Amino acid sequence: MAASSMNSNAALSNANKTLPLRSDDDVVRLRTEVRHRAIEIGLSLVEQTKVVTAASELARNTLRYGGAGEALIEVIQHGAKRGLCMTFIDKGPGIPDVALALTDGYTTGGGLGLGLGGAKRLMDEFDLKTEVGVGTTVVIKKWKRF
Amino acid sequence: MERIPILRMGDLLLVTIQVDMHDRLAMTLQDDLTARIVQEHARGVLIDISALDIVDSFIGRMLSNTAAMARILDAETIVVGMQPAVAITLVELGLNLTGVKTALNVELGMAMLNKMQRR
Repeated sequence: MAASSMNSNAALSNANKTLPLRSDDDVVRLRTEVRHRAIEIGLSLVEQTKVVTAASELARNTLRYGGAGEALIEVIQHGAKRGLCMTFIDKGPGIPDVALALTDGYTTGGGLGLGLGGAKRLMDEFDLKTEVGVGTTVVIKKWKRF
Repeated sequence: MERIPILRMGDLLLVTIQVDMHDRLAMTLQDDLTARIVQEHARGVLIDISALDIVDSFIGRMLSNTAAMARILDAETIVVGMQPAVAITLVELGLNLTGVKTALNVELGMAMLNKMQRR
């Protein structure tokens, strides 16, 4: 899952892609890329919309709170199930209180405080790892419904 | 600098968002719209988002704030054309656009504004 292993994986699957998150425009590029991948694996329109929206929220968090970072987009397979996995990595200040950060309406950045909790609700799986002074990694997954 | 065009029709302002907006562009639109309401003495603002395939919390907040600012400046805002998938996602995200009037399309939104102004 580490971003550094991406280069060796790239030859195996061109579906995996790492995108930098350094500016507002990168967030727009990421949304476009996620939309393409979501269509590719056959997610419904509503699921596509949820996945792209969740990606947009987390990409903005990476930028606002992490300073900058990157997003890894992967098409994943589990048995017969196919899905989309996205990882958002920053080396920012980290989150001191994760439960609080996941609370709707809580924000330190002047936003609405819906980004983390909202992204969690929109996806099937959500995993957040953070360490103060080291950074934050958020992994989200959406599985295609049969 | 990139900008979203604002059209004037009588005392209405019409905005059609046709690009995937980055955050700065959304903020510019909010500023431009409030400035134009005052400049043109506009009584109503119609924002067509039928071409938007996502509305995240930032764009949602921009729409809410724009409607609130317009109201203080004595203009009504109607957001029209939201795609069903966007509405579903917005509510699940936790945003219900409180205080924002909506209509299904531009025509119905226009009728709504006209009715409000006749009162």
